[in-house]
Amino acid sequence: MASLNVNGKVYQAEVDARTPLLWALRDTLGLTGTKYGCGVAQCGACTVHIDGVAQRSCQISVGQVGGKKITTIEGIAQNGVLSRVQQAWLDNEVPQCGYCQSGMIMAVTSLLKSNPKPTDEDIDAAVTNICRCGTYQQIRQAVHAAAKKA
Amino acid sequence: MNHMPRINRRAFVVGSAAATGGFALGFHAPMGAAAQDKTPEINAWVVVKPDDTIVLRIPRAEMGQGTLTGLAQMIAEELECDWSKVTTEIPSPAENVARKRVWGNFNATGSRGIRESENYVRKGGATARQMLLQAAANEWKVPVGEVTVANGVISHKSGKKTTYGKVAAAAAKIEPPKDVPLKDPKNWRLIGKPMKRLDTVDKLTGKYQYGIDFRMPGMLYAAIRDCPVNGGKVASYDAARAEQMPGVKKIVQVGATGVAAVADSWWQARNAIAAVSIVWDEGAGGKVSSADISAMMAEGLTAEQAFVGNKAGDAKATLASATKKVEATYSYPYQNHAPLEPMNATAVWTNDRCDVYCGTQNSEAALASVIAASGHPVTKCDVHRTGLGGGFGRRARNDYIIQAVQIAKQMPGTPVKLVWSREEDMTHCAFHPATHCKLSASLDDKGNLSGMHMRISGHSIIASLMPDRLENGMDPAVFQGLTADSPEGMFGYNVPNLLVDHAMRNSHLTAGFWRGVNANHNAIYVECFIDEVAKAAGVDPLEFRRRHLRPKHLAVMNAAAAKANYGKAPKGIYQGVAQIHTFGSYVAAVADVSVTDGRLKVHRIVAATDPGYAVNPAQIERQVMGSFVYGLTAMLYGEITVKNGAVEQTNFDTYPMMRMDEMPKIEVVIVPSGGFWGGVGEPTIAVAAPAVLNAIYAATGKRVRNFPLMNTDLRKA
Repeated sequence: MASLNVNGKVYQAEVDARTPLLWALRDTLGLTGTKYGCGVAQCGACTVHIDGVAQRSCQISVGQVGGKKITTIEGIAQNGVLSRVQQAWLDNEVPQCGYCQSGMIMAVTSLLKSNPKPTDEDIDAAVTNICRCGTYQQIRQAVHAAAKKA
Repeated sequence: MNHMPRINRRAFVVGSAAATGGFALGFHAPMGAAAQDKTPEINAWVVVKPDDTIVLRIPRAEMGQGTLTGLAQMIAEELECDWSKVTTEIPSPAENVARKRVWGNFNATGSRGIRESENYVRKGGATARQMLLQAAANEWKVPVGEVTVANGVISHKSGKKTTYGKVAAAAAKIEPPKDVPLKDPKNWRLIGKPMKRLDTVDKLTGKYQYGIDFRMPGMLYAAIRDCPVNGGKVASYDAARAEQMPGVKKIVQVGATGVAAVADSWWQARNAIAAVSIVWDEGAGGKVSSADISAMMAEGLTAEQAFVGNKAGDAKATLASATKKVEATYSYPYQNHAPLEPMNATAVWTNDRCDVYCGTQNSEAALASVIAASGHPVTKCDVHRTGLGGGFGRRARNDYIIQAVQIAKQMPGTPVKLVWSREEDMTHCAFHPATHCKLSASLDDKGNLSGMHMRISGHSIIASLMPDRLENGMDPAVFQGLTADSPEGMFGYNVPNLLVDHAMRNSHLTAGFWRGVNANHNAIYVECFIDEVAKAAGVDPLEFRRRHLRPKHLAVMNAAAAKANYGKAPKGIYQGVAQIHTFGSYVAAVADVSVTDGRLKVHRIVAATDPGYAVNPAQIERQVMGSFVYGLTAMLYGEITVKNGAVEQTNFDTYPMMRMDEMPKIEVVIVPSGGFWGGVGEPTIAVAAPAVLNAIYAATGKRVRNFPLMNTDLRKA
């Protein structure tokens, strides 16, 4: 049994402490918005915020997280209102299949917190997630659009 | 807009953290959404609810390519409904079978979603419109010719008005009229417009449900290891240790080739399957390595026996007597599709029926696989379609679905979700075929092409996946974009003496349909070689193409060149061009690159496409951009190699992907010339690599002929 603080709610999860956070979120808590893509921190589809910092949840165990505050894609919109990153994603019609976009939105939300007006180079360095549909150009547009609205 | 299998919405809540108990097996969704909320359908394509909400049924799979929205636009165009009230729904393949395939083909491969259903989906909308108008005319006791409709509001010259929602119940009872004429393209108001996708919001909040996200009460999770050598099988396995691990319910053999662990969570299943010791019978493939495959394909380049795909005049004699000749040999590796969502499917098998929940590009073929694997008849099986985290051709193959049923069959009544690890996914695939190609060309005294022989040697997809479709041993798909007159893809160059032939050389791997398919390597071979011939002729590559290309091929090439300011690149920037006709569309590209200290930077690519008709320009633009990422990733990094029969690449660390930092600026020129329907998702992939490779040559004088590019040191020009 492990205690997990996710999106402002404390869950008692029946899960071994060595389980990667990704799988505890998906299989135990049913928060399937966080995606599995590689399991080796390459693709970024599993990106969540831990105490506000973007991290790849396939690489951190439930035991390591402890009582830290976890935010997943399900916790980004507030009271049904899309965040400005999500809204920019909608306005620029970023997703194709959409599978990578939870991780992309988590990565970009974190980037804009630390760097409200990122340059193209900043975006390249911070957003290393993989998109197989190739939405990178729309992502870049949407990041700049979200930054403008800050 | 709802992308979940219909069963989710009516029978139970999916995604609950505490999903337990109370779930009765043997359920089956009733035919049609109409049965769920009592709203009768107008026809198979259209349901209008009393509040004027429009439900359009979309049969082709949506995997990101935008077909869901495009087809909805086409039905709505003829229906003349209010676009803001449009929602969509996905019929299941069993419903299609039960209704005598009223929705036609469900398959979303080969860029066929729009172009092969455009006619009947528009008819579906037009027929429903006529029934709704007739219902209003009947109510008002006026001739139907006197009623008109705009945005779902029906009017009569007397001033009477009503809405689709108000007359829908009466319309549903009207005998459908036959042969309702379709609108003239010049009167289209939705087709051709950049309508917003209908499926975006749920993809931003984590709500959109992919196969891997599907959950049901009492569900267990499975992880699998299939024989690492294709064609091999399980000799024996020892599950004693794995069976003792936490959460593990069962270790089962899967067909002849795999072993799976079934557990309370996927992580437990994954750890358990890793702990099973399996002895493999690798078969003949176990002795094969990439060098052997390469040698086999190289031999085919000069083999006597070959299948002829295109022939004009006498190429061999022309080449034999030519004074000016160019020759080059290229090769292209096996590649994995690597959609970001690994293969997965959830299956429930009982003595009575079998239901599968998964993303699939071809759910009718998936249903056939479920019938065969489950042992139940078609009336007792269904495939409930979830979202797809990428397809690219990979999800047209049903191996993962068959495995899920084989596992579930060993646990009757228990839903089991099989998820492949990325490693399993990377090493088990119907790979993009590897080929070699030898090209020879001759120039006449004016510097024009007089003869050309293109010998392809390599793996046939049709031989791998559907050998019954070989034509006297020949795989016609090998000649994609190289045929004399196929509307799918015609060779673009006028060459009086031409021979294109194929020596089939298949390895123990399975080759499959990979976004762009054979056009990808065919375009590299032809378009890079044409540059080599232009160089030998002393003519600019674009000018050389202008002398030889057929009119429609040339028109898109010129459109791309004009937008790209071909010939006027800034200092330090070098340009390359490429074109092809494939999947029914004419496409071309101009790439701007620089190479500094051996480091390639792609600055800009201008792509042009003539798909005949452009249904949604905003989505076409995104498909073209995405196709370039796919094509450039393949060119830069895509290579599957084998050692002792097994694939060596296992994850994105050994099979790298292009990311944001390598993304060039892409501009898309859409030049629909009308009169035909071409595909969109795939064609432009084929020109991505050759345009960049030709630009690399312009920059460095280095002609890259073997791929991926990461194996070539561009400093040693």
